[in-house]
Amino acid sequence: MARTISYQQAINEALAQEMRRDPAVVVFGEDVAGGMGTEQDKDAWGGVLGVTKGLWPEFPDRVLDTPISESAYIGAAAGAASAGLRPVAELMFVDFMGVCFDQIFNQAAKFKYMFGGKAKTPMVIRTMYGAGIRAASQHSQTLYPLFTHIPGLKVVVPATPYDAKGLLIQAIRDDDPVIFFEHKVLYTLQGEVPEEAYTIPFGEAEIVREGDDVTIVALGRMVHMAAQAADTLAAEGVGCEVIDPRTTSPLDEETILESVERTGRLVVVDESGPRCGMAADIASLVATRAFGALRAPIRTVTPPHTPVPFSPVLEDAYVPGAARVAEAVRSIAVKESV
Amino acid sequence: MRTDLHVSGRALAKEDLLRHYRVMRTIREFEERLHLEFATGEIPGFVHLYAGEEAIAAGFCANLRDDDYIASTHRGHGHAIAKGCDVKGMMAEIYGKATGICHGKGGSMHIADLAVGMLGANGIVGGGPPLVCGVGLKARVTGTDQVAVSFTGDGGSNQGTFLESLNLAAVWRLPVVFVVENNGYAESTAPRFHQSGIDVAKRADGFGLPGVVVDGHDFFAVYEAAREAIERARAGGGPSLIECKVLRYYGHFEGDQQSYREPGEVENARATKDCLLLFERSTVNAGIVGEDELRAIDKQVLALIDEAVAEAKQAPDPVPADLLTDVYVSY
Repeated sequence: MARTISYQQAINEALAQEMRRDPAVVVFGEDVAGGMGTEQDKDAWGGVLGVTKGLWPEFPDRVLDTPISESAYIGAAAGAASAGLRPVAELMFVDFMGVCFDQIFNQAAKFKYMFGGKAKTPMVIRTMYGAGIRAASQHSQTLYPLFTHIPGLKVVVPATPYDAKGLLIQAIRDDDPVIFFEHKVLYTLQGEVPEEAYTIPFGEAEIVREGDDVTIVALGRMVHMAAQAADTLAAEGVGCEVIDPRTTSPLDEETILESVERTGRLVVVDESGPRCGMAADIASLVATRAFGALRAPIRTVTPPHTPVPFSPVLEDAYVPGAARVAEAVRSIAVKESV
Repeated sequence: MRTDLHVSGRALAKEDLLRHYRVMRTIREFEERLHLEFATGEIPGFVHLYAGEEAIAAGFCANLRDDDYIASTHRGHGHAIAKGCDVKGMMAEIYGKATGICHGKGGSMHIADLAVGMLGANGIVGGGPPLVCGVGLKARVTGTDQVAVSFTGDGGSNQGTFLESLNLAAVWRLPVVFVVENNGYAESTAPRFHQSGIDVAKRADGFGLPGVVVDGHDFFAVYEAAREAIERARAGGGPSLIECKVLRYYGHFEGDQQSYREPGEVENARATKDCLLLFERSTVNAGIVGEDELRAIDKQVLALIDEAVAEAKQAPDPVPADLLTDVYVSY
């Protein structure tokens, strides 16, 4: 039975339902209980933004606050997963990966391969990403390309409450290490979400808008910018097909290629940077695998190659918006109706 | 003839003593042989030898069960052998062969076998301590009495991961033991140049944990300290730190010219405090073990290592298609 809840509630519900279903699921990170050991269970923070609120009172032995020691507890997640748990560790901001990246990309990601297939590391790292709340350069980055680059990791970037719940449940049940990216601006986004548990397979894109003139590929928060642009352009007679890959690793290459084969035009919108980012990656995919179908140059819409700035005026200029997406589409679209 | 040796009032039966000797001798023979074989150029990559430190791996693993875990270092052959990894599979792995314990995909620095609780040698200095915290958490959450031990060198003891893990394990009261093998050099740098404070073990005080120093050449000293710490962890008493002072007999890696050593350092250690020598002296002088029994083990171990090398050399390489397998469980 679907009802409308927020992206944040959808994540919370996925965690609670999986913890009820499987006693091997443990949740830990900085302040995920937040008030552990006090009398006021109900007042426990549940994370700095309250995403894990209510989990600790229900599962006091399986929801653990950690020291501010990302290397230790992200590494502990890898060790716990190797020994049979299904840890969901929270890396509060993905920007903090700088202090624990070894545990992710040299340890967890490589165990299965290095050990000749004889290891399984079913862990999830939930992490916040993205600009938009004036959090400045060290709390605002969109770093999923760094993880997408690493063989052995799966990378999930949900854009809606429905996807957030289904993809997180899939991530927890998945037997490989998964990095789960939550856009902080999307936490309050409302959407229809079934009450019961369900999974969304990795590597299956969602077609958010159907259209025949231009293919727009967008991820995370940018899906909404792309959809908004598509609605504007529809009124101008340009039909945009908006594709949300939902996971960057694995990437649903076929859905993107099939769409471009039909439209002949591609715009990629991404909040990660222009160099070695998802926009460059998807543009390369289409240029190498569907060049013959292209009837116009590929356009990419990304932030500039700069850190994320603090000042609201600068940050707003940094983040791609619907107007920039629409402009990119117009620069390559032929209005069929004219 | 006596049939047991008492360590702090506890009897070590003769068959156990012979078993522990066999573990140490196997490690020594494995490493001495690798030293020779590496020089022929037939072994790919690089290897880091554990010779001289055998009493530590043997003393700790003698106190562990099959369902306990260890995390190791780049100098991991000794830990792997002591925890029960297949010796022939290890040798084939070091030769990069398909029959290797990791099918040739890991090599010397990534020998692992989760089935015997070996979480892996580790190419990253300080990579192991966080992993054993996770195993300790697993034991705590699922209510088992498993214990996890991490081995780290004196070099690794300066990594943030090591210090963070001491704190995390203390805060979560995890059933883990942190072992520092202070073997005289972090790569080529002696502790007086890289380590503040004389004993790494003293760092335990800052975390409210027991920390002790033992002679890493003395199997019985290591065994006793390991037993106490592991039993405490198993009983819910939380983590401990044990620093074993020892000397490695070879370089940081094979081919290391070791210009940083004191003259005669290794020769002196081999002649006066070698772990096998000390073990033999204690057990034979106590009248529990006959010299002939130890020589018989030596012979069997030598034959095993001969076979392991011969088989590794003959074993098939991986096939190119193996490049693409085992990246993910599913993708």
